[in-house]
Amino acid sequence: MAGEVETTQMSDGAGGAQRNRARWADPAARPLVRFDALTKRFGETLAVDALSLDIFPGEFFALLGPSGCGKSTLLRLLAGFETPSEGRVLLDGTGIDGVPPHRRPVNMMFQNYALFPHLTVEGNVAFGLKQEGLPRGEIAARVAEMLALVKLAPLARRKPHELSGGQRQRVALARSLVKRPRVLLLDEPLAALDKQLRGETQFELMELQARLGTTFVIVTHDQEEAMTVAHRMAVMDRGRIVQVGTPAEVYEQPNSRYVASFVGDVNLIEGRLAATGASGSLIDSAAGARLATNQRVEAVTGTTVWVALRPEKLRVATQAPAANENCVTGRVAEIAYLGNVSIYKVRLDNGLIMKAQLPNLTRVVERPIGTNDRVWLSWTPDAGVVLTG
Amino acid sequence: MAERRARASGGGRPAVLIPYAWLVLFFLLPFLIVLKISLSATAIAQPPYTPAFDPAAGLAGLKAFLAELSSDNYAQLVADRLYFSSYLRSLEIAAVSTILLLVLGYPVAYGMARVARRWQGLLLVLVILPFWTSFLIRIYAWINILQHDGLLNQLLIALRIVDGPVTWLATDTAIYIGIVYSYFPFMVLPLYAALEKMDESLLEAAADLGCPRWKTFWLVTLPLSRPGIVAGALLCFIPIVGEFVAPDLLGGSSRQMIGQTLWTEFFSNRDWPAASSVAVVLLLLLVVPIVIYQHQQARELERA
Repeated sequence: MAGEVETTQMSDGAGGAQRNRARWADPAARPLVRFDALTKRFGETLAVDALSLDIFPGEFFALLGPSGCGKSTLLRLLAGFETPSEGRVLLDGTGIDGVPPHRRPVNMMFQNYALFPHLTVEGNVAFGLKQEGLPRGEIAARVAEMLALVKLAPLARRKPHELSGGQRQRVALARSLVKRPRVLLLDEPLAALDKQLRGETQFELMELQARLGTTFVIVTHDQEEAMTVAHRMAVMDRGRIVQVGTPAEVYEQPNSRYVASFVGDVNLIEGRLAATGASGSLIDSAAGARLATNQRVEAVTGTTVWVALRPEKLRVATQAPAANENCVTGRVAEIAYLGNVSIYKVRLDNGLIMKAQLPNLTRVVERPIGTNDRVWLSWTPDAGVVLTG
Repeated sequence: MAERRARASGGGRPAVLIPYAWLVLFFLLPFLIVLKISLSATAIAQPPYTPAFDPAAGLAGLKAFLAELSSDNYAQLVADRLYFSSYLRSLEIAAVSTILLLVLGYPVAYGMARVARRWQGLLLVLVILPFWTSFLIRIYAWINILQHDGLLNQLLIALRIVDGPVTWLATDTAIYIGIVYSYFPFMVLPLYAALEKMDESLLEAAADLGCPRWKTFWLVTLPLSRPGIVAGALLCFIPIVGEFVAPDLLGGSSRQMIGQTLWTEFFSNRDWPAASSVAVVLLLLLVVPIVIYQHQQARELERA
């Protein structure tokens, strides 16, 4: 019953993002898609390994991971192009494993777009509706509506080879959305676009998803893309999900060194847990300093742990700060000037390289910190995350 | 666009000249000779026609030479029903054979394009393998298979499909068997080439959009393999129209195909001019529709 209520809410997209955000936290909410202990083997290789995941109606969900981590296979299992070796795929609480792809109420946007080269833009978009046997008038109306939505109406009579990459991408999107799928699957939808266009298209995708309220599941290897578009993301590694959460949760509270270094840039300082309690933890590090965090660590003292520090959370000073805690020193090895920010690679006295990122707040060409300068890197107790694995 | 046009008109480069030289030397020149002979009259002489062109006679000689040419042979082609009937039969056999080849070749090519890559090479070799034996020998082998007490009849009788031997030789069926067998690779290879490069994600996309498999074949696979179908059909139809060996060795003596008529004119009647006119008309019969087709394709491309 809960599921039905949710689906009716799905259609009024306005302000959906906030409500959707709460949905996965609500224990009574029923997922639209459920992967239940799903395993997929290709011969000897394990592509998906006993994976369980819930995706809720109206979510923009990202599957993030390096190539070969199983994220595309997961999408293809949902589309029906692969059958699970073990476990189940449920849509709206019903197992869909026996249902062939052409009967599943999900549509996929392919990485290479897979547009039919012999059909016009219009023909491509109408293809799916014709399969449903809808009356001509309705097909024409829905195609026109969808082409207007993706701003392709003037190009309706063109063939795919007469379109630019960005236009083809829109046709593919329109073609899969016009069927009004329960879930839209996007397999690396922006990988073929250049950086500038990709950025614009990401925002268009978000806008479209918010407007239609359709559940989107995107597969990408680009963490920036996942963080930009998704409400929630799952970080994958070798067929398993390592962490699921909102982009902010995954970025600020990574649960492992793998996630911390895959999502964003990170400095990892190895050390031994000296003390831990409700008020925080102390770690003795080889970098020469005692590191303090305000986080309780679920491990016995003496365990090897890593403190993960994002480059933008470090302060860089040319003088030694007063406090000895959370402070390391070294010489600037390299500076990467990116315009809005500069990244300083600092070689600590024990050889460890740390990255610090500073915003370039003033319009000066000569920055006060130069290569080979001695600098002190420091941070507050709430800047670092202690990782045990 | 401009760059491509510049390259197309860059006829001065030797690489471009080679195909032109080839065409002039081995197609245009022989064709002009045949055309000239077709406008001549038979003569009991060496060569067996008049007039012979004598460059030593100068301009007056050329004028006299041109005046002697006549279109009598072409008038004869129209007047005598035998030629018309031969042309018609050739076109008919070529058309039916091409359709048979398409129907039989398409599934083979489709299967080849869909099996695992490591098998494709082997299958290709198997399709081409018959070429390693002389064409004539393979047709003689078919005589063996199709004759009264041949392998085919033995098999049919052993399987109790027929009670007594069936007459295969000297029938149209035998001609079709011989032609379809001989031209099979010419149909399969272009079809395979077209099907093999087809993106498989298109089939998945069709399924994803709600199209069952059999329908995907009609809506996606078949239209996309059209260039292969056209190439294979042309590659088979054109030579089959002029086919001589299969109808002559396997077929009966009832109605001749145009290739046989031409052979008779040339070797039995020693009427070179008549044979040449038959050849010229055959060529026009085949070239004109192809030129029209190509022209239309180009127009379609331009419009798109």
